[in-house]
Amino acid sequence: MAQYETVIGLEVHVELKTNTKIFCHSSTRFGGDPNTHVCPVCLGLPGVLPVLNKKVVEYATRVGLALKCSIAQYSKFDRKNYYYPDLPKNYQISQYDLPLAERGYLDIDTEEGIKRIGITRVHMEEDAGKLVHQGTISTTPYSLVDYNRTGVPLIEIVSEPDMRTPEEARAYLEKLKAIIQYTGISDCKMEEGSLRCDANVSIRPVGSDELGTKTEIKNMNSFRSLQRALRYEVERQVEALEEGGGIIQETRTWDEAKGITLSMRSKEEAHDYRYFPDPDLVPMVIDPDWVEEIRASLPELPDRRKERYVADYGLPAYDASVITATKELADYFEECLAGYPNAKAASNWVMGDLSRLLNAGNLDISQCPIKPDQLAGLLKLMDNGTISGKIAKTVFEEMFETGKDPDLIVREKGLVQISDEGAISTAVDDVLAANPKVAEDFRTGKEKALGFLVGQVMKVTRGKANPEMVNKMLKEKIK
Amino acid sequence: MDLVYMTAHELHDKLTSKQISAEEVCREYLDRIEKVEDRLKAYMTVTGDLALNQARSVDKRIASGESIPPLAGIPIAVKDNMCTEGIRTTCSSKILYNFVPPYNATVVEKILAGGMVLMGKTNMDEFAMGSSTENSGFYTTSNPWDTERVPGGSSGGSAVAVAAGETVFSLGSDTGGSIRQPASLCGVVGIKPTYGAVSRYGLVAFASSLDQIGCFSRDVTDCAVLLNLITGHDPLDSTSAPGQKTDYTGFLNRPIKGLRVGVPVEYMGEGIDPGVRAVINDALKVLASQGAVIEEASLPHSKYAIPVYYLIATAEASSNLARYDGVRYGYRAEDPGDVVDMFMRTRSRGFGTEVKRRIMLGTYALSTGYYDAYYLKALKVRTLIKQDFDRAFDKYDVLISPTSPGTAFRKGEKVDDPLQMYLSDITTISVNLAGIPGISVPAGFSGGLPVGMQIMGRPFDEGTLIGVAHAFERDTDHHARFPEL
Amino acid sequence: MITIAEVEHVALLARLELSDEEKKTYSDQLSAILEYAGMLDDLDTGNVSPTAHVLPLKNVFREDSEGAHLPLEKTLQNAPDRDGNFFKVPRIV
Repeated sequence: MAQYETVIGLEVHVELKTNTKIFCHSSTRFGGDPNTHVCPVCLGLPGVLPVLNKKVVEYATRVGLALKCSIAQYSKFDRKNYYYPDLPKNYQISQYDLPLAERGYLDIDTEEGIKRIGITRVHMEEDAGKLVHQGTISTTPYSLVDYNRTGVPLIEIVSEPDMRTPEEARAYLEKLKAIIQYTGISDCKMEEGSLRCDANVSIRPVGSDELGTKTEIKNMNSFRSLQRALRYEVERQVEALEEGGGIIQETRTWDEAKGITLSMRSKEEAHDYRYFPDPDLVPMVIDPDWVEEIRASLPELPDRRKERYVADYGLPAYDASVITATKELADYFEECLAGYPNAKAASNWVMGDLSRLLNAGNLDISQCPIKPDQLAGLLKLMDNGTISGKIAKTVFEEMFETGKDPDLIVREKGLVQISDEGAISTAVDDVLAANPKVAEDFRTGKEKALGFLVGQVMKVTRGKANPEMVNKMLKEKIK
Repeated sequence: MDLVYMTAHELHDKLTSKQISAEEVCREYLDRIEKVEDRLKAYMTVTGDLALNQARSVDKRIASGESIPPLAGIPIAVKDNMCTEGIRTTCSSKILYNFVPPYNATVVEKILAGGMVLMGKTNMDEFAMGSSTENSGFYTTSNPWDTERVPGGSSGGSAVAVAAGETVFSLGSDTGGSIRQPASLCGVVGIKPTYGAVSRYGLVAFASSLDQIGCFSRDVTDCAVLLNLITGHDPLDSTSAPGQKTDYTGFLNRPIKGLRVGVPVEYMGEGIDPGVRAVINDALKVLASQGAVIEEASLPHSKYAIPVYYLIATAEASSNLARYDGVRYGYRAEDPGDVVDMFMRTRSRGFGTEVKRRIMLGTYALSTGYYDAYYLKALKVRTLIKQDFDRAFDKYDVLISPTSPGTAFRKGEKVDDPLQMYLSDITTISVNLAGIPGISVPAGFSGGLPVGMQIMGRPFDEGTLIGVAHAFERDTDHHARFPEL
Repeated sequence: MITIAEVEHVALLARLELSDEEKKTYSDQLSAILEYAGMLDDLDTGNVSPTAHVLPLKNVFREDSEGAHLPLEKTLQNAPDRDGNFFKVPRIV
C-alpha cells in the first residue's frame, strides 16, 4: 500500500455582529418570527439597490489585520450567479477577484511544534435565507423559506491547502475562532451557524508535489465533526485509490449520525457562477490611515497574550494556550488574578474544576455562576489557611451551585479550618489511642500507615483540621 | 386652447390664479384617456380615483391660500417599471402581471412630494427591452401620429401619453435610447439625464450600469421644471451622484451665441433616413442663425457601440432578471414538480421572446470561457467609446445628431430580425455607454411623422442641453403641433 | 456558431425551458449577434482598462443603524404560495 499525504484547506464563513445587514437597514438579530426582519432590499424585490454597511468593511478589515493579511487598496463586489430559493435575487453579492484582504497566516501548535498556515484571502459577502423542511430535504413534500438571515454580513476566510492532518485542521479552526472572537466582530458559534466551515480535502502519494483531486466537505457543525469528517474522508479517498478507482471532484455532505460523507450530486449541472462586477455598488478605495486606525484599535490577540502569560506570570506554555484559547476565558482569568496573585494556582482551578463544571453544565465562561473575584476569594481563603484544599473543592461546588460568596458559604456551613493546636492535638491523641497497631506500623517504617491516620483525624474533625498540622503532629507524637 | 395640450407652466398659472381647479384638470385628462386609449393603449394601469384624490388635496391647499410648488396638481404618468406602493407594477411582463410593490421608487416619492397627480402606469417593452413597445407582454402601443406605426420604445407608453394629451408629463427610463427614441418618434421632448443624476432606487433594473430615469414633456421649459424635482442625491442608490441640486430653469432663455456644436459624422451618414437628415440639417441652421458654431465632429468608435451595448446590457440583465423565479412574487407555473421545474417553467412562460433572447445572450457572454472574449472585451471598448466623447467635449459644448435613424416604423416591420432592430439604436446607445446626458426635441417632420434632434452634453451638464434645446424651441413651433385623434 | 448543445447549456444556467423550435431560433440568432460582435476583435484593447462604472464614485457607505422592517402582510402579499409566516416552494430535490 502506498503512503499518502493528506492536503486540507478550509473555507470558513463567519457572521459579523453588526446591528444591520450588509446592504440594508434590516436587523441581524437572531430569533425573530420568520420573515419579520426583512425589507424590500433584502427580499430582493424588483427595483431595490444595495448600499454597503460601513461597519462590515471595518469588521472585515479587523479580521484581515488580525490574520496578518494585506488590506487591499482597491476592492469591489461581484455577483455570484446561481439559483436557489433561499437566495432572493438568485445571485449572491460577494467578492471575486479583488477581495478586501489577502496573504495572511496564523500559527497553530502541533506535536512537532508551531506550524504556520497560510490565509489566502478574506472577503465580504451576504448570507442567504433559511429553508425549513418537514423531515429531510430529500423527503419533504415542500419547503418553507424564511428570509430573516438573508443579507446578514459574512466574511469568508480561505486558507491555503497547508494542513496535513484532520488534527491540524481542527487546530487551525480553533485558532481562527479564537482570533476572530478576540477581534470582537462575531460570536463564532458553530452550533448557531455564526461560524461555518467547509473543507477541501485531497490525498497524494508522499513526495508528490501535485495536488490530488479534491472533494469539498460541508455540514460539519462542530470542531469534533470537522475532525471526524476529515478522518472519514481521507480514509474513503485512500480506499478509493487503493481499489484502483479515482476521486471525483464533488461536494460531499457530512452525516453526523452515520459518521460518513455523502455525495451531494444532483441533477443540476456543474456550477458556472458567472461572476461579474456588481454594477449597483461602487468600488472601495481603502484609506491607509483608516486601516492604521483599525490596526491600532485591535485588542491583544491570543498569541501575544499567551506569550505574556508565560513571560509575566510564569505559566507553562500549555496552560497559557488553554487559557488564551478564548478571550472570555482569558479575561476571566485576568480578573481573577486582580484579586489573587498566584497565577499557576489560579490557572489550575480555571483549567481544572471550573472547566469541568462548565462542561458538565454545558455552559460557557460568560455564563459561569462563579464570578472571577469570587474565585479569587476562595483561593485566598485556602492560602491563608481558613479552609483546606479539600474543603475548598466543596465550597467551590457550592459556589457554582448557588453563586454565593465563598466566605458566606464557609461561615454558613462552619467549614473554617481547625488550626488550633490544642484541638488538633486532642483529635490526634484520640486517633492514636484507637489505632495503636497502625501507629506501630508507621513507627517501623510503613509510610502508608500515616495516610490512614491522617484520614482518621480528618474524619473526626469532619475534614476541617489543617492537614499540614495534622501530619506534623502525628509524626511528632508517634516518634 | 385645449386643456390637454397645455404645458405645466401654463397650467400652474391657471391653478394658482384659480381659473381652474386641479380636479377639473384631472377630469379633463381622465376624459381624454377614456377617449383615445382604445386606439393608443399607452397605459397599463389608469389610477383615476387616486389621481382625483390627489388633485382634490392640491385644491384644498390652494383654497387655504397655500402657495403650491410648481408641479402640484399637474398630471404625470409613470412607466410601469418604477415601483408604486399599492399600485400594480408589471414591467409589461406576464411574470409580474400581479406584482403590487410594498414600496415607492425614490422618483415616485419625489413626484408625490411635489404634489403631482399620478394618472397611471404606462405600457413599455417588456423589462424595457425593445425599441417599439411591440415587446410588451400585454399589447402594443400605437403612435398617435399614425396608429399603424410604433411609438418607439421601450418607454413607448410614456411618450404616447404625453404626445396624445393623456398626461402632461411622464417618466421613462432609458438604457439605450428608451426615452429619446420614442420622444423622437412621437414628437415630444424627452431627456435622459447623466447616469447618477436621478435615483434608480425602485426602477426595476434592466442593465444597471446603463439604466437612467428621465422624463417626457411637451416643451423644454416643462422638462427643466420636472428635472428640478426628480434629480438629486439619494442615499438608497450607491450610484447616485453626490452634490448640490441644480436649478435647470436658470438655463432657459439663454443666448447660444458662440456655442460650439459638434455633429458626429458617424451619426449623419449611411443608415440615416434622408428625410431625417434633412430635418436635422435645417435644425442646425436654426441654431447657426442664433450664433452657434456648427462643425463636423467624430466619434470614431461609434460602430462598436452596438455590440458593446448588447453584450453589457444583456449580461447585466441576465443577472438582474434572475430573481423572477416564482418564489416571492409574480407568476408561478402551475403544479411544479420541484423547485428547478418551477424555476424553468415559470421563467419560460413568464418571459417573452425578446427577454429570453437577451437573457440567453447575457448568460452566454458571462459564462466560463467567454467572459474575457465578450463581457470584459465589451467593458474595455466601452472605455474607448467614452474617451471618444471626452475628446469631443474638449472641443465642443454639445454634440447634435438625429435621435433616431428613421421615423416611426410600421408595426411588425422589424420584429423578426433582432439584429436590425438593435441597429436602429445606433444614435442613442453610445450616450448610455458614456453615461452622459442626452435630450431629444421635436425638430420637424418627415413624411408627416415627427423627427427628433438629439443634443448630447458633458456629464451633469443638463443645463446646457436645456439651454440649447430651449433656444431651438424659441425659433420653431414643431413642439406645438399635435396629432389629430 | 452557437450549437444547440450550447444553447441547451446556457438555457439551463439561465433556468429557461426552451422548445426545440426556440433552441433552433436562438442558436441562429445568437450566432448572428455574436458574429456581429466579432468586430470587437479588430480593436487592440491590451492597454485599455475596463469601464464597469461611468461615474468615478467610490466608498459609498451607509451607517449601521436599523430602519423599519416590512410588515409581515406586505412581505407576503405577493407570494404565489405561503404557509403561515413562510414563503412556500415545492420540494428542492
